Amino acid sequence: MANVQQDQIQKHLISVLMENEAGSLSRVVGLFSQRGYNIDTLNVAATEDPTLSRLTLTTITTSDKIEQITKQLHKLIEVVKVQNLSEVSNGNQIERELMLIKVRAVGACREEVYRTADIFRAQIVDVSANLYTILITGDTGKLDGFIDVIGRDKILEVVRSGVIGIARGERTLAV
Amino acid sequence: MSGAELLVQALVDEGVTHIFGYPGGAVLHIYDALFKQDKIEHILVRHEQAAGHMADAYSRVTGKTGVVLATSGPGVTNTVTAIATAFMDSIPMVVLAGQVPTTLIGDDAFQECDMVGISRPVVKHSFQIRNPADIPTIIKKAFYIASSGRPGPVVVDIPKDMTNPADKFDYVMPNSVSLRSYQPTSKGHGGQIKKAIDVLLSAKRPVVYAGGGVVQGDGCDKLRELADLLNLPVTNTLMGLGAYPATSRQFLGMLGMHGTYEANMTMHHADVILAVGARFDDRVTNNVKKFCPNAQIIHIDIDPTSISKTINAHIPIVGDVKFVLAEMLNIIKGGDRRLDDKALADWWKQILEWRARHGLRYDPDTDAPIHAIMPQRVVETLYKLTDGKAIITSDVGQHQMFAALYYKYDEPRQWLNSGGLGTMGVGLPYAMAAKLAYPERTVVCITGEGSIQMNIQELSTCLQYNLPVKILNLNNAQLGMVKQWQDMLYEGRHAQSYMQSLPDFVKLAESYGHKGVKITNPATMEQELKQALEMDGLVFIDVYVDKSEHVYPMQVAGQSMRDMWLSKGERT
Repeated sequence: MANVQQDQIQKHLISVLMENEAGSLSRVVGLFSQRGYNIDTLNVAATEDPTLSRLTLTTITTSDKIEQITKQLHKLIEVVKVQNLSEVSNGNQIERELMLIKVRAVGACREEVYRTADIFRAQIVDVSANLYTILITGDTGKLDGFIDVIGRDKILEVVRSGVIGIARGERTLAV
Repeated sequence: MSGAELLVQALVDEGVTHIFGYPGGAVLHIYDALFKQDKIEHILVRHEQAAGHMADAYSRVTGKTGVVLATSGPGVTNTVTAIATAFMDSIPMVVLAGQVPTTLIGDDAFQECDMVGISRPVVKHSFQIRNPADIPTIIKKAFYIASSGRPGPVVVDIPKDMTNPADKFDYVMPNSVSLRSYQPTSKGHGGQIKKAIDVLLSAKRPVVYAGGGVVQGDGCDKLRELADLLNLPVTNTLMGLGAYPATSRQFLGMLGMHGTYEANMTMHHADVILAVGARFDDRVTNNVKKFCPNAQIIHIDIDPTSISKTINAHIPIVGDVKFVLAEMLNIIKGGDRRLDDKALADWWKQILEWRARHGLRYDPDTDAPIHAIMPQRVVETLYKLTDGKAIITSDVGQHQMFAALYYKYDEPRQWLNSGGLGTMGVGLPYAMAAKLAYPERTVVCITGEGSIQMNIQELSTCLQYNLPVKILNLNNAQLGMVKQWQDMLYEGRHAQSYMQSLPDFVKLAESYGHKGVKITNPATMEQELKQALEMDGLVFIDVYVDKSEHVYPMQVAGQSMRDMWLSKGERT
């Protein structure tokens, strides 16, 4: 943007409350792809009000671009509210991601994987003779850390949910 | 009522008097319902793209929401260019899209097409009817969304079984629409308006930069009042032409890529820019990094995403231009503070010097018959012969810029053009819709031989509905603007910019039952043009103009507002 200081690229966690209708999600996704922005993670589900969905996404971009993105999100007819959680919480929002990870666990490392899961407060949700399937929740850093500690050579499969987030304290995103 | 009857009744209740469309299997129930009533006239085009452009133009010229009806599959995909054109220029339009029955959706049925998906990037919103009883409510919502806030096109996808005549429903039309997720702002923020007034009245070198939003938002009267009260210089975008009277001393002409010297110079040297309903399009700003380095920018726009998108606004005001300008006027008129007279006088002195240096001059064609007709003179002559009162439509290319620069538009909605998308082929359908809306007015489509051929089949529609528009073809036998760029940027390599197999437009017009006139001599051009304009019915006026002429001024690409070519050999 002209005469606006270009700032650093950083991750933004965006929450969107929108009508729970066919086509709402595709409009949000389409808005990003039309403008060449990448969505890194995306979650959407109905809220306590079944007519409303809450969508959470993460994207990595500059603050001037994210301002334009949030304005464009506001413009969508189905979108009720938009919040840049990273901005309103000053980076101190509560974030959680869920990961299921299938790990080879044989011989001596079987016990080591078990202990590591315990340290990370993960749960072993499926066991076979050679494998553990582990469920772990936390912020992205914790999940990345778990993968590093387990060791990539032991990992057979990983499925991650992407981030959901909520502001700390009294601040809410509601109609 | 059947779903089709619900639809027609809802359209009647929305005040629709004209629908532009083309029938097909998926919409035959709707056509049957239209046949049985007399409140809405259906205009049968020859190609759905033209239906879309006509609906768009009907809206541009009347301020009402235009309506298109097209059948499923290729019928409605043919409207996509028109939808995108309306979207880019914020024109309210409702597109009724036929769809295969719900039982077949997803089966790759004959003429099935995901129109909601295809059109998504170029619509303000879209609906698909899933229950016929919802039709009146959805139509109400579609018109409300299309015409409120920043206007735009809305698609309503209608599966055929939703209009089945055998299924009957009660007609329940809501009185109003309330959408919790859509509440456009109309009034601007009071504090921001006061700040804007402070900055504006402190200016030494102010300028008003007004766009199509002033026309669409019916803010022209307020803009004129404000500019005249403060003696402000005014420049309009291509879309804003007519928002401020072109014959006013305070009007600088259009700005931007082919803007006037005085408009671009005034913008570049301004210390305060009052941007109203304009979006700092790249065809206006040139290089954004070099844009108006000393200006504080006040930006009024109904769409917050248009503010600070490319150029940072120092004082953003989100709101309807009509309301915001009225509020500014109330405050200014209520006080006794005005601009610094001495500074303003100096500023005007400077502007008049710029005006004197280059007032849209061009080489004359008085050495007839040696020289060809100059296109600029054709447009100036048209202006004189129509007393400046005609509704002018234009296509896209060199002729468009000549039409924008050399005809003076004193009234809003007098100039109809595709500004944002730059769609070749709009000129004739736009003229047809304008003539339909205002049969008593002279309507002229200024076009080129490239553009006119993109929807020339609509000469047949003109015959059917007796639409006596005048088509002024500035014929240089080549894609003029493409060739100009190739001359200036590609060392004269004219790749595919020739039209080497042009039809005889006079005979073509005659074959459709119209009249045609060919003009080739500069000496007799004015007289022949006058006679052609006075003829009854549609007249295709094919004027052979200078093939080598370029549009000037032209900004130097990648530079500031003030860096311009003033002629082939002269730069600022």
